[in-house]
Amino acid sequence: MSFLKFDSLRKEFGDFVAVHDMSLSVERGEFISLLGPSGCGKTTTLQMVAGLLSPTSGKVILDGKDITNTPPNKRGLGIVFQSYALFPHMSALDNVAFGLEMRGVGKAERLERAHNALNQVKLGQFVDRFPKDMSGGQRQRVALARALVIEPPVLLLDEPLSNLDAKLREDMRIELRLLQQDLGVTTILVTHDQEEALSMSDRIVVMQQGDVSQVAAPLDLYERPLNSFVSDFVGKTNILQGKVTDKNVVSVNQIAVSVNTEAHVVGADVALSIRPEKFTMSSDNAGLPVRVKASIFMGASWLYSVESDMGELLVTQPNTGSAGFARGDSAYLAWEEGALTVFGGVQA
Amino acid sequence: MSTEKTPNTPYLLTAPGVLFFAALLGAPMIMTLLLSLHSYDFNLGVQSDWTFGNYAEVIGDPYFQKIFGRTFGLALWVTVICVAIGVPEAYVLSRLNPRWRSIFLLIVLGPLLISVVVRTLGWALFFGGSGILSMVSQALGFGDEPVSLMFTFTGMTIALVHVLVPFMVISVWASLQKIDPQSEDAAYSLGASKMTVLRRITLPQAMPGILSGSIIVFALTASAFATPAIIGGRRLKVVATAAYDEYLSTLNWPLGAAIAVLLLIANIAIIVSYNKLVERRFAKVFE
Repeated sequence: MSFLKFDSLRKEFGDFVAVHDMSLSVERGEFISLLGPSGCGKTTTLQMVAGLLSPTSGKVILDGKDITNTPPNKRGLGIVFQSYALFPHMSALDNVAFGLEMRGVGKAERLERAHNALNQVKLGQFVDRFPKDMSGGQRQRVALARALVIEPPVLLLDEPLSNLDAKLREDMRIELRLLQQDLGVTTILVTHDQEEALSMSDRIVVMQQGDVSQVAAPLDLYERPLNSFVSDFVGKTNILQGKVTDKNVVSVNQIAVSVNTEAHVVGADVALSIRPEKFTMSSDNAGLPVRVKASIFMGASWLYSVESDMGELLVTQPNTGSAGFARGDSAYLAWEEGALTVFGGVQA
Repeated sequence: MSTEKTPNTPYLLTAPGVLFFAALLGAPMIMTLLLSLHSYDFNLGVQSDWTFGNYAEVIGDPYFQKIFGRTFGLALWVTVICVAIGVPEAYVLSRLNPRWRSIFLLIVLGPLLISVVVRTLGWALFFGGSGILSMVSQALGFGDEPVSLMFTFTGMTIALVHVLVPFMVISVWASLQKIDPQSEDAAYSLGASKMTVLRRITLPQAMPGILSGSIIVFALTASAFATPAIIGGRRLKVVATAAYDEYLSTLNWPLGAAIAVLLLIANIAIIVSYNKLVERRFAKVFE
């Protein structure tokens, strides 16, 4: 029996269907990300779980109880908003203690628990600060402490890291994940950042225009995307249009590529997806000849844009300490057959 | 553009404004102040001596004390009522959808679009013994006598609230606009009831707007002239109408000037200390 269940959850705004009959089961302690581009319905879904929006139809079931019509102040869920939504007229401590006060916790106890919660997010020395005197990262932690101090059955995170700078964002990912695992709190994260979803989640729900495209663990999602949308949205990839010309052969711009085509009939139009890091690029005369159009050093890796008879391709190669290929160089690309994923129809 | 610092530029740019105010506002004020320091003789007119006698007279005379008391009492009442009416009005306005909001905003601002004399004479017709108010109250059986709010404190309060509420609404609305609506959702999700959210989250964040609106309403009421002159008349003088009468009826210009200066000082003192209080309370919370 799953802990949190969405049962054909649907939300319409006038003629627009924001979330299209979404069903999902979340286990206790699981970290689920709702990932998708803006307007895919992920935030709408989160707001329906929070109770801030009521679904047009469908149910939200928490721990066996139907909470679809429970108002948000009776659900007891912890929410971290994108803007953090701190109370500007209260100190960090009062912000965190507010939820406890609403639960009727006595003053001494709630201040102590708020203090502990702030210590947990490493803000022990900032309890008396007001939000306007805090940095974005600190505010974010106060918001997190405020949501966690009420010991919610489910923690809802609405793009909590999107307002932080890149370095801090990466640190917070690790910290947030560790904290979530320590507390064992069931968490739903809404994000448009695929790296964030990949790095923190137990499972990722990829959404597109109100529909669920795929639900999978991060590695599965990355390695075995169900369609070219997922493949393109999660991580970088090269999508090549081709036609199945024979069993296990797809022709891309007259070049025969061998790949497992058992799901497609001969003559079908298909799309091939291959991730940039799955290529091996060398000067050995083997594989697909390419010409380097752009060479970008990324620190840990090199990113190349190359031209080939199959079209333009993105290639990443690990930095091994020696100089990479330069613009205008000729090289050869090789890959393993399993690195290619085939999708039916013309998609892109 | 030159990157060199030109420290004179700000002064040069503000000079026209400063000169304008110095000439048109500062000079008459200083002249009023100087005038108030001369004594007045009913046969000989304004004397050329220097004295604080006018001030002593205004401060010591129970007649003027009563007028000052009435003026600031009126200002206080009008402010309190404007808060009571304007804050909920602004809150409702901020929750309306944009189309309705602009219509209601126009209605709220309506009183400001009508000339003060026309508006006040309208109230006078309404309040008068043979006015609509009287007719309705008699028709409803509240009494057989004609009811008149003319020349009453209540009448002045109503007419002033009517025109000053928009200032409160605009001021509170501006600070409600700055509230992150998610902070209300956050409180709600933390278990607060809708009333608690309003009382503990929304209202405190609207407080700067309420306080600055109060300052505007208080200052405008304390120095209001036309409305008290028409509705209050000679029977219920306020400081502004008393100063006017000293100038134009008694022709005791120095005494009128002293009254005007005292009104200015009292107004400034009240507003500055109120502002200090507010700043101390909110400086660490709001930018």
